[in-house]
Amino acid sequence: MARMKFLCDADRCIECNACVTACKNEHDVPWGINRRRVVTINDGKPGERSVSMACMHCTDAPCAAVCPVDCFYTTADAVVLHSKDLCIGCGYCFYACPFGAPQYPRVGNFGSRGKMDKCTFCAGGPEPDDTAVEYVKYGANRLAQGKLPLCAEMCSTKSLLAGDGEIIATIYKERVKQRGYGSGAWGWQTAYRETITG
Amino acid sequence: MRIQQFLYLFAALILAIGIVSGPVGAQNQAGMSQSDTGSNPTAQAVSEQKLLQELDRIQGRVTIPDRKSGVLQQPEGREYRAFHEGALPWIAGILILGMLLVLAVFYMVRGRIRMDVHSGQKILRFNVLERFTHWMTATAFIVLAITGVNYFFGKRLLMPLIGADAFATWSHWAKLAHNFIAWPFMLGLLLMVVLWIRDNIPDRYDAAWLRAGGGFFNNAHPPAARFNAGQKLVFWSVILGGLAISASGLMMLFPFQFANIAGMQIAQYVHAIAAVVLIAVILGHIYIGTLGMEGAYEAMGTGEVDLAWAKEHHSAWVEGEKVSSASVRPSATPAE
Repeated sequence: MARMKFLCDADRCIECNACVTACKNEHDVPWGINRRRVVTINDGKPGERSVSMACMHCTDAPCAAVCPVDCFYTTADAVVLHSKDLCIGCGYCFYACPFGAPQYPRVGNFGSRGKMDKCTFCAGGPEPDDTAVEYVKYGANRLAQGKLPLCAEMCSTKSLLAGDGEIIATIYKERVKQRGYGSGAWGWQTAYRETITG
Repeated sequence: MRIQQFLYLFAALILAIGIVSGPVGAQNQAGMSQSDTGSNPTAQAVSEQKLLQELDRIQGRVTIPDRKSGVLQQPEGREYRAFHEGALPWIAGILILGMLLVLAVFYMVRGRIRMDVHSGQKILRFNVLERFTHWMTATAFIVLAITGVNYFFGKRLLMPLIGADAFATWSHWAKLAHNFIAWPFMLGLLLMVVLWIRDNIPDRYDAAWLRAGGGFFNNAHPPAARFNAGQKLVFWSVILGGLAISASGLMMLFPFQFANIAGMQIAQYVHAIAAVVLIAVILGHIYIGTLGMEGAYEAMGTGEVDLAWAKEHHSAWVEGEKVSSASVRPSATPAE
């Protein structure tokens, strides 16, 4: 089985936000929730870089560790998923997540949160693959259809790569070798305790 | 016409210089940055490693309304995890079980502290408002304590017994209870300050009371006013601990309204530590108010205590009460 990862080549990202839009559309993500976002660092200054970020599907995921109801699980493809039937919306996973991936619909009183929603690597949830009930809760299950996440498929500059970690790392290394520079695989050290040097 | 010809010649000369010198300049630049394809556009680029070393957190600009999503990376989430899954269960376990153990040993050694004499007369110790405040806060605290420790002990102790689904349902209701019961608890704290702060300011009896160990280890009854030093310690633990819990709790009830991600994590540390310390203190308070001492429960139960008990435990207070009011009354029909 593959070890699925995301890799954002910050030297290619043009902050077009097509990945964000594709994700929202593909999964019917409700208003106020962003499974993926583009963050621009040093905006307007020399050396500005944009990074598209979502759940990185960490090795030994911190969200899963702090969850008080143990609603997280890791698939055979190393995708970190969760069960909305078990989630109580406590918000702990957001405090533990290094990438700000978990999102909560605001429901009811005070700031109380609904059940957590996050990037599924387009792999759905615990319900049977490609069913209506799975779609309503977790969105499309493209992995079950043999497709990769739509955000990366849509990326116009091929900045965002999604797929088996070794394959996308090889692609990135070739790029860095070819063009002679690369600012590294953002988030890899934090998420997977390894990084790619070109 | 000569001027026009001269201009043509001049333009051609500039063009020629440009063609010859351009690639040379570019190659020099490329040679400096060791690149095969041209100038190095990453020469000034932000580096993830450098940002993390400098700031501990990478932050930028986002175009969506959710401002807090501008935090690209916060590796301190790892410390939060280490606290929540490592330190906290140990601290809570040691404090709570440790206090229960201390109380059990104390009960076995000292036994129940008995009332030496009964006078048959009663004196009003806590009026209706005071008892209402106590029991509202007490009930709220017990609910909050159980639903609170459920956040980290639940999956370790309860989930293996009842299964993931039942535990998730219970935890969902526990979370709602924790959010809502927080308000009567905070109201109770405010009322307690108003009602009791006057009698909980340290006075001249406290040092002697503490030096005598409160009479817990012998049968001495060091003098005390309305509240003895031990009760004052409980009062101030509840007020100060409650304040820390309430402030940090309000931050969590309104996430990211008052703090950023680092502030939210600190709020959790304060909330959890103050709460487990207070749970341990309250366990001691419950013990001495019920099982540990005869005659103590009535003070908060009926509000009235035996005059002899009051004289033993709160001598200075009884003196003051006798002078000021007619709150002392016979408990049963007088003999004559």
